[in-house]
Amino acid sequence: MTIMDTGWIDIGALDDVPRQGARIVRTPSGCIAVFRTADDRVFAIDDRCPHKGGPLSQGIVHGASVTCPLHNWVISLESGTAEGADEGSVACFRVKVEDGRIHLAASAIAFAVGDTSAT
Amino acid sequence: MSREKLVVIGNGMAPGRALERLFELAPGRYDVTIFNAEPRVNYDRIMLSPVLSGEKTYDDIVIHGDGWYVANGVTLYKGHKVVEIDRAARTVTSAEGVTASFDKLIIATGSLPIVIPVPGHDLAGVLTYRDLDDVHAMLLAARRGGRAVVIGGGLLGLEAAAGLREQGMDVTVLHLMPTLMERQLDTAAGHLLQKAVEARGIRVITRANTKALHGSDVRIGPAHVEAVELEDGTKLPADIVVMAVGIRPNAAIAKAAGLTVNRGIVVDAGMATSDPDIFALGECAEAGGQVFGLVAPLYEMAGVVASRLAGDASTVFNPSVTATKLKVTGINLFSAGDFADAKDREEIVLRDAARSVYKRLVLKNDRILGAVLYGDTADGAWFFDMIRKGADISELRETLIFGPAYAGGNAADPTAAVAALPDEAEICGCNGVCKGRITGAITTLGLKSLDEVRAQTKASASCGSCTPLVEQLIKLQLGDAYNPAAVQPMCPCTAHGHDEVRRLIVAKSLKSIPAVMQALEWRTSSGCAKCRPALNYYLIATWPGEYVDDNQSRFINERVHANIQKDGTYSVVPRMWGGMTSSSELRAIADIVDKFAIPAVKVTGGQRIDMLGVRKEDLPAVWADLGKAGMVSGAAYAKGLRTVKTCVGTDWCRFGTQDSTGLGVRIEKFMWGSWTPAKVKMAVSGCPRNCAEATCKDVGVICVESGYDIHFAGAAGLDIKGTEVLGHVTTEDEAIVVIAALVQLYREQGRYLERIYKWAKRVGIDTVRKQVLDDLERRQALFDRFVYSQKFSQTDPWAERVAGRDAHEFRPMKDLARAEAAE
Ligand code: SRM
Ligand SMILES: Cc1cc2nc3c(=O)[nH]c(=O)nc-3n(C[C@H](O)[C@H](O)[C@H](O)COP(=O)(O)OP(=O)(O)OC[C@H]3O[C@@H](n4cnc5c(N)ncnc54)[C@H](O)[C@@H]3O)c2cc1C
Ligand code: SF4
Ligand code: FES
Repeated sequence: MTIMDTGWIDIGALDDVPRQGARIVRTPSGCIAVFRTADDRVFAIDDRCPHKGGPLSQGIVHGASVTCPLHNWVISLESGTAEGADEGSVACFRVKVEDGRIHLAASAIAFAVGDTSAT
Repeated sequence: MSREKLVVIGNGMAPGRALERLFELAPGRYDVTIFNAEPRVNYDRIMLSPVLSGEKTYDDIVIHGDGWYVANGVTLYKGHKVVEIDRAARTVTSAEGVTASFDKLIIATGSLPIVIPVPGHDLAGVLTYRDLDDVHAMLLAARRGGRAVVIGGGLLGLEAAAGLREQGMDVTVLHLMPTLMERQLDTAAGHLLQKAVEARGIRVITRANTKALHGSDVRIGPAHVEAVELEDGTKLPADIVVMAVGIRPNAAIAKAAGLTVNRGIVVDAGMATSDPDIFALGECAEAGGQVFGLVAPLYEMAGVVASRLAGDASTVFNPSVTATKLKVTGINLFSAGDFADAKDREEIVLRDAARSVYKRLVLKNDRILGAVLYGDTADGAWFFDMIRKGADISELRETLIFGPAYAGGNAADPTAAVAALPDEAEICGCNGVCKGRITGAITTLGLKSLDEVRAQTKASASCGSCTPLVEQLIKLQLGDAYNPAAVQPMCPCTAHGHDEVRRLIVAKSLKSIPAVMQALEWRTSSGCAKCRPALNYYLIATWPGEYVDDNQSRFINERVHANIQKDGTYSVVPRMWGGMTSSSELRAIADIVDKFAIPAVKVTGGQRIDMLGVRKEDLPAVWADLGKAGMVSGAAYAKGLRTVKTCVGTDWCRFGTQDSTGLGVRIEKFMWGSWTPAKVKMAVSGCPRNCAEATCKDVGVICVESGYDIHFAGAAGLDIKGTEVLGHVTTEDEAIVVIAALVQLYREQGRYLERIYKWAKRVGIDTVRKQVLDDLERRQALFDRFVYSQKFSQTDPWAERVAGRDAHEFRPMKDLARAEAAE
């Protein structure tokens, strides 16, 4: 088990995520959406819209925000909160990019570690 | 009593205006027949340059559409050149052999461009710049790229050069005199202008005297111009040569008819020629020894002719000074009045080289005779008004050149210039609209936007160069209530509206989303979920085969070619062409539903089958199986062609008049895959009982015994709207051409997410009909463009993804749940 040792999990290459796009990382407790902005910043947030659970990873990415594909709420990737008139927020997770690889903070799934029976 | 017969030769801007006035003054008095050598309605010739540069289309510059002639009972012979006026018999005859008799005749044949008679002037590729055909010839040549040489550095020549450059040609302007526009500008200003022209990548050669044009070798085909040779021996390669060296009144038929002709057709103050029943009007007329080449005085002539024909013998033509502007986007140049040097004249000149501003006033006896403004033309109207009134400027002289903002010691307020203008000051030279008329209309009619003011007063409706003045006037009248952005911006990322963005994409040849955002000064770094899909569509529709689709700017449904559902699963709808299916297709669907445990299967309102609740990662495998059974994406998710519903028609139905099913299938197979501003749904019914519900579709066909009634602009969703009839055609082939042309026009003009019925309402049912049904040339051109763009859109997106494209969309980046389990 390497997860707890390093505190970071290598989840793939930066180039696995298209610019202005997202990929998901499946965890035992649900999906995490990993976003890459036009200027190559990377963010990871819960893949569930605070409105009605829409998969944010399927939205359109602009600036450091994503528009939910179901009812167009705009969620900030930096803070996880809904922008404009809408209210709500999703969990944000720490990520870092090193040598072209994306690392997700192990804490993002730490609570699920050990519970491998989910699959 | 039968009505008097009025015949008009020529259908240019001057007689167009005269008839408008005449119909106001004496409605129904004349039976009007017009002969026009150009095969078209009256359009705004002034605006040919924006058409050439791509900033406008022909439709944008039509003054009187076909409907206007119908509504006013005018017979218009398009493409009929009058070859004879028989004054004894009181008739005119066209080259096509139509003879019309007249009680009153207006000759308005305009001018002919001068062609310098150097050797080679008649080679193919040597053009003039006068009418739409010339613009088309230039655009055609420009499409092949290459080099253009424009002879003549006056207003027309420079506008042609700028347009050709915009179209991507390598352009050289040859000018005989040492500086450009020497009639309007002094040497210094001419140089400033030359620098600005050169800054656009146009080469300028002054003191260039053309000696000969050389053509290609006649042994390899008809000779086409290849080079321009100058007096000094320089040879410039040229794929086209545009001569813009001046115009000559077109008076030949008048002369042949025995009317008095000098430089132009000589008229008296009432615009009558030497025959009192015959008027001459426009550039072909010579009044008081003068001929005219700008519309403002021609419109004054038009008013006189209209009054005379309405029975008022008192109005006379009294030409006033004229003002001109160079219509090259980004170069501001205004000149008015008379600015020739003479002993008794003085001048005031202001130069600000750093800002490239130059202003020059020519004075005589404390009156302004002429004004030239370069760079900053805001005060043009104010100076122009003083010239026309012959105002005494001795009091203002010290600050005169700084304009009205300083005239009364006021602070420099941008609206001060217009505020200072008296009510009679002319704002729109093209249409002769004064300030009082505009402010009056704003107040009495409660006008709120530029468009409304244009519609009601015509101010700034022609060349548009007075638009800023008109806007300032509206602002002055309405204060903060005026919202100049009456054009709805696309989204908060930009101030531009959809139409403006589409226009600029073409005009500036913008070919990617970042290029659009850069050039049009987007306020956000990467747009938003509203503008990006719109831009992606505009680019794909404008540059088929060239633009690389930006998947990340598409809504998820179009990105993964399936419809997202409320729980994040997807629905899959394969095409069933025209609603027809087969046992093998149904069997394949049944097998797929079982294999992937798809929770719901439904017959849609669009005559096909929807599988709902498919997991995203299963999509490629589902598509692979559908593909094996010969099925392709139904694009149920697309802003594109959705379904073509049909009824059973002559195949089975006892009432069917045509093969409605077959036609529907043909249409769907021909048109699938094309991207459109919003979804497009069609239907074909075999008879007027209309079982396919064709009369509430974007496009619907009702088959009848004699052929096919084509309908469009229906809806049955958020709005319910019966279709409009586009027209009737007799063959399936023609139906397909018309429908494709219609959809292409919509693809080119529609705003993103604007359904056909909304677009048609905005641009007018008649204009659509005119272009896709009546104007055969235009219909064909639209059809051809549709066919061209289809070359790049008929690849089944499902098959592509089965083959591996965009695989990242369908697979998690990392499966930690599974990885954990594996460890
Ligand atoms: C499946 C279907 C209903 C059904 O079970 O029959 C359907 C389902 C949807 N319709 Fe529809 N419409 C379906 C026929 C229609 C029809 C009937 C028709 O086409 O003859 C209409 C009215 C006709 C019309 O469009 O004018 C119709 C008018 C709409 C509208 C209103 C559009 C409008 O401009 O007024 C929407 C909303 C929109 O597009 O923004 C819509 C949107 C939708 C969406 C795409 C909603 C969405 O964005 O998720 C639904 C997707 C379901 C899915 O995942 O498949 N659907 N929808 C029909 C699919 C037809 C097909 O085979 O492609
Ligand atoms: C590119 C360009 C830009 C211009 N820009 C400006 C500008 O910015 N400001 C400005 O004030 N002016 C401008 N002008 C000039 C302005 O367009 C003309 O002054 C005006 O259009 C002349 O109107 P008209 O009715 O006299 O003649 P035209 O508009 O020339 O119409 C004459 C018509 O008569 C037809 N005709 C000729 N002979 C016959 C015949 N025998 N039988 C039947 N029909 C015949 C011709 O085909 C033509 O359609 C510009 C002109 C051009 C070409
Ligand atoms: S519309 Fe006419 S042809 Fe079509 S099914 Fe009904 S009756 Fe038959
Ligand atoms: S679920 Fe995201 S906006 Fe409704």
